[in-house]
Amino acid sequence: MPRFVGSDAASLELRELVKRYPGSDEPAVDKLSLEVPAGEICVLVGPSGCGKTTAMRMVNRMIEITEGDILLDGSSVTGRSPAELRREIGYVIQQIGLFPHRTIGDNIATVPRLLDWDKQRVSDRVDELLELIGLDAEMRERYPAQLSGGQRQRVGVARALAGDPPLMLMDEPFGAIDPINRERLQNEFLRLQAELRKTIVFVTHDIDEAIKMGDKIAVLRKGGKLAQFASPAELLMYPADPFVEDFVGADRALKRLALQRVRDIDLWKGVLCKKGESTAEVRARLADADLEFPLLVDDEGRPLGWLSERGLAGERVMADLRSRAEPTVEMDDILRDALSDLLAHQTLYGPVLDDQGRVQGILSLRAIAGALNIRPEDVPDSAEFAARRTSGDPPAATSPVASGTPPPSSS
Amino acid sequence: MSADPPLAQVPEGFFTERDPEDLDCVAQGGFCPDWILENFDRYVDPFFQHVYLTVVSLAIGFAIAFALGLLAHRQRWLTGPLTAITSILFTIPSIALFLLLLPLTGRGNTTALIALVAYTQLIIFRNVTNGLRQVPSDIVDAAGGMGLTPMQTLLRVEVPMALPEILAGLRIAASTTVGLATLAFFAGAGGLGAEIESQINFKSNVVVAGGLAVLLAAALDIAVLGLQRALMPWRRAVAA
Repeated sequence: MPRFVGSDAASLELRELVKRYPGSDEPAVDKLSLEVPAGEICVLVGPSGCGKTTAMRMVNRMIEITEGDILLDGSSVTGRSPAELRREIGYVIQQIGLFPHRTIGDNIATVPRLLDWDKQRVSDRVDELLELIGLDAEMRERYPAQLSGGQRQRVGVARALAGDPPLMLMDEPFGAIDPINRERLQNEFLRLQAELRKTIVFVTHDIDEAIKMGDKIAVLRKGGKLAQFASPAELLMYPADPFVEDFVGADRALKRLALQRVRDIDLWKGVLCKKGESTAEVRARLADADLEFPLLVDDEGRPLGWLSERGLAGERVMADLRSRAEPTVEMDDILRDALSDLLAHQTLYGPVLDDQGRVQGILSLRAIAGALNIRPEDVPDSAEFAARRTSGDPPAATSPVASGTPPPSSS
Repeated sequence: MSADPPLAQVPEGFFTERDPEDLDCVAQGGFCPDWILENFDRYVDPFFQHVYLTVVSLAIGFAIAFALGLLAHRQRWLTGPLTAITSILFTIPSIALFLLLLPLTGRGNTTALIALVAYTQLIIFRNVTNGLRQVPSDIVDAAGGMGLTPMQTLLRVEVPMALPEILAGLRIAASTTVGLATLAFFAGAGGLGAEIESQINFKSNVVVAGGLAVLLAAALDIAVLGLQRALMPWRRAVAA
């Protein structure tokens, strides 16, 4: 990816922002106050009619402010001519709004030309942006109708970035894209943002997208009132009121798992043993381990499987396994995926491997639950599991931890 | 009608020593190619007068209606009244309008042009406003959001995008004006209509004068079509 030069970001502050439309008693936006530090993504999220788009559009004065103020790097946007102000603020909308009668190159060059850049600079900038969004240079001469939806969306982002604005406004930018491409575009955009570090106001109605994209999330309720302004983890952990709790969804704990990686949590120390090792030593280590089942590993420290009682029966450890060491998870897996793996294998524990495939610790459901701050006693232990299983509960139906086989089980 | 003698068989001395058959043809008011060949000169001036009336009234009419269309697009409340006025102009019977203007502007080109311009207004004005209105709102929104002023948005985005509709209006107006200009002789402005009228029962005359008018309409249509293709490479790109 090319170096992106001259990139800077502005802080944004909304102060007691109000929008009232004539003929309507209820304000569309009601005393909204937010501060977005330079370089962060602030997501405005809420049900339809909550005023999130209205609030965003007041920032570049596409909608005039009724009361209150918006400060861009400390100075009010109301003192500026709207057209000039907008040239300094990137603008991406759901329908993209590329000019169908202009080539891709001309579309991207819109703001630089309005800013009266010289020809060469505009042309260089277009090349730079095409490279940045991963489009071939030959696309320059194409027209929007000749591009796919995903390509058009990328061009929309490039066009908004062309004038190197310190602030970007994005209104459901990925809303019209199919789910698979949306995921890809979101990831691409996050990678781009990691490099550009623009200040971004991002509007969406999709809480999952908000959690994924936002450094901070402002949840708005009908009538344009701020319900909560917090980081994604805070929002999921401590929803301010029943509205927010309902809006983030009943599965908010699971959503939080998408925010953490295996390396972020305290892993259990398992007991690793090798074939031929003294069983007395292994038993001694088992006494103060988190887990009562030893894991047999090879000479490189790679997992072979969970050792059975018989494996420990003699003087020396024998390679007698209860079950294979499945699933294994990696340090960089997100917790939600790791949990899904454990559940899919109907097991409570999985070895965590490093890049070389060596065991670094044990991920357990309890450790995941601990990461969510759920009281550990609320999670059933393996005995409870075994009891439920023998009493004939259906496997993994409603509650993710309510059924399954306790590992190590003989398969 | 007598059989048309093929041109190749025109006998020597034909133009000095009239073939009785040919004289018959003219006397009967028939379609006489020989007569047409001999008398084609007399249509040249009326034809160019017709071209003049059509092109000048289209140019003036387009300029006025286009400006009114832009104005009505910016000031939406004007759309209703302007549509009403141009509609009324369009419904006045054309001969009546030529005759009505006579006492005011006298006989001649001015009167004819005023009437012809008046008839172009509704077609062009309506196509301009419709075309502008059909530009997708997200494109206009994006233009404003990027910092184009309303005027820049109008001229750089809305008008180019409305061009297909606007030029379609111009094509209809061109055909209509060529036809209406054949009545310009009522205002004493000549044109092909005057020739048709002068010997309305002589088939050869009517066919030549009328045919030239049809050719003019077709030529103007092709010219506007060519303009449209030249101005809108993006439309072809979409089809490719």
